[in-house]
Amino acid sequence: MNFLKRTIPLIIAFVMGVTMALQYYVPHEVSQSLLKVVSRWGITIGGFAVFLGAYSLFHLHLTKIKRKLPGWGYSTFVFLGAGITIVFGLYNGGEFFWQDKQEGTMFEWIYFNVQVPAGATMFSILAFFMASAAYRTFRARTNEATILLIAAIIVMLGRVPIGTMISQYLPIAADWIMSVPNMAAKRGILIGVSIGAIATSLKIIFGIERAYLGGGD
Amino acid sequence: MIERLINLDRRIIFMFVAIAVTVPLLAKFNLPVRTTRDVENIFNKIDSLPENSHVLIAFDYDPASKEELQPMAEALLHHCYQKDVKVIGMTLTPGGTGLAVSAIENIGKQYDKTKGTDFVFLGYKTGVELVMINMGENIYSAFPEDFQGNPTLNLPVLEGIDSLKDFDYVVDLASGSSIEAWIAFGKEKYGFDLGAGCTAVIGPDMYPFLQSEQLNGLMSGLKGAAEYETLIKQESSAVAGMSPQSVVHILVVLFVLFGNTMYFMSKRNR
Repeated sequence: MNFLKRTIPLIIAFVMGVTMALQYYVPHEVSQSLLKVVSRWGITIGGFAVFLGAYSLFHLHLTKIKRKLPGWGYSTFVFLGAGITIVFGLYNGGEFFWQDKQEGTMFEWIYFNVQVPAGATMFSILAFFMASAAYRTFRARTNEATILLIAAIIVMLGRVPIGTMISQYLPIAADWIMSVPNMAAKRGILIGVSIGAIATSLKIIFGIERAYLGGGD
Repeated sequence: MIERLINLDRRIIFMFVAIAVTVPLLAKFNLPVRTTRDVENIFNKIDSLPENSHVLIAFDYDPASKEELQPMAEALLHHCYQKDVKVIGMTLTPGGTGLAVSAIENIGKQYDKTKGTDFVFLGYKTGVELVMINMGENIYSAFPEDFQGNPTLNLPVLEGIDSLKDFDYVVDLASGSSIEAWIAFGKEKYGFDLGAGCTAVIGPDMYPFLQSEQLNGLMSGLKGAAEYETLIKQESSAVAGMSPQSVVHILVVLFVLFGNTMYFMSKRNR
């Protein structure tokens, strides 16, 4: 059992990892065909992740309802919303899901009249919380915090049209902050994250990192 | 008194924000939008394309980011259709299909463009980087059918296109990390010109790619969309959104300054 659950996945990860890393440097026709086939496999496997995600979501909310955990009532809306949407999606305007996608269906109505406004509303609410959080937490307590505060004010004003009306130098200063100090910091983070990703990939390929197999080791 | 002001009820702040958003919208005044080099680069690239060039637009966002990215997509589409450029749309976000279709088709109708001949929406495909690689090898392998189920192989709009290498320009409109993926697995591997549009939150992360010229241009947030609307001289929802955004930014700055004044006064009193 350990052979099937541990050894075979480790062999697959090693063989595919090394093969695909080498493939990148080989412009031969066979190498390109391999890439095409493997990327199609990947897309197919990725499709199954949708089912895993749905299962995980439903399992989580079903547990909340069963145990009457705080806010369990909201979990019923997950089933209600998903249920109605799935039913209308499969119904496909009376042509059912095995036919080509129909236009002007109830599924589309739900998308444009429920999902779109609900999604936009959730995102818009952020403005209120950000204003409240800025008022409470943005304090010039230290020299570093003061520099950050001044930079934030310049960028906030320089990135909107009213900034130009206050001073023509505000947008220039905001652009400089974004293009020089911000970029330097972002590049540093990016290089660090990339090196980390390469190191993790090598650890997975050579079987040092095994957390993805489950079981916690 | 100072302590009470420091711990101001958040509902009062919310009320001020609500007023700052609604009053400029009701008053309907537009502020002049200054365009930046990063947005001009995207505009100039599309403007320089000859008729019947192929532009791929990846609508990698869902309804949560609609307010920032949909105006960007619409402005881009107006420009492409005005220039008689063929538009190929796709998405790597399942929630993005409806918004993408409505933008491509509704704006296409305004210019008498025909589905399948002047534009096509390929739909959603799972796998992000793998989709890009697959499209880079053969676009018909990644998308054998368009969103409506029509076979892509004989679509006139895709004439002359075999893979990502054949596109004259690719623009990714993203609310997540897809721009980095398009750079690493698309542009760098298959060598096409790439521009991007993203939410204002992601914007600062993109500056290293602008300097390295891995992105030829960037539209960041609603301001980026407003700049593009200004460049194509078709001011719409993004330009209209600049007045409430400006007022809210001023309000937040005033709140921060007021909060700090109260903080230092309370420190002095102690």
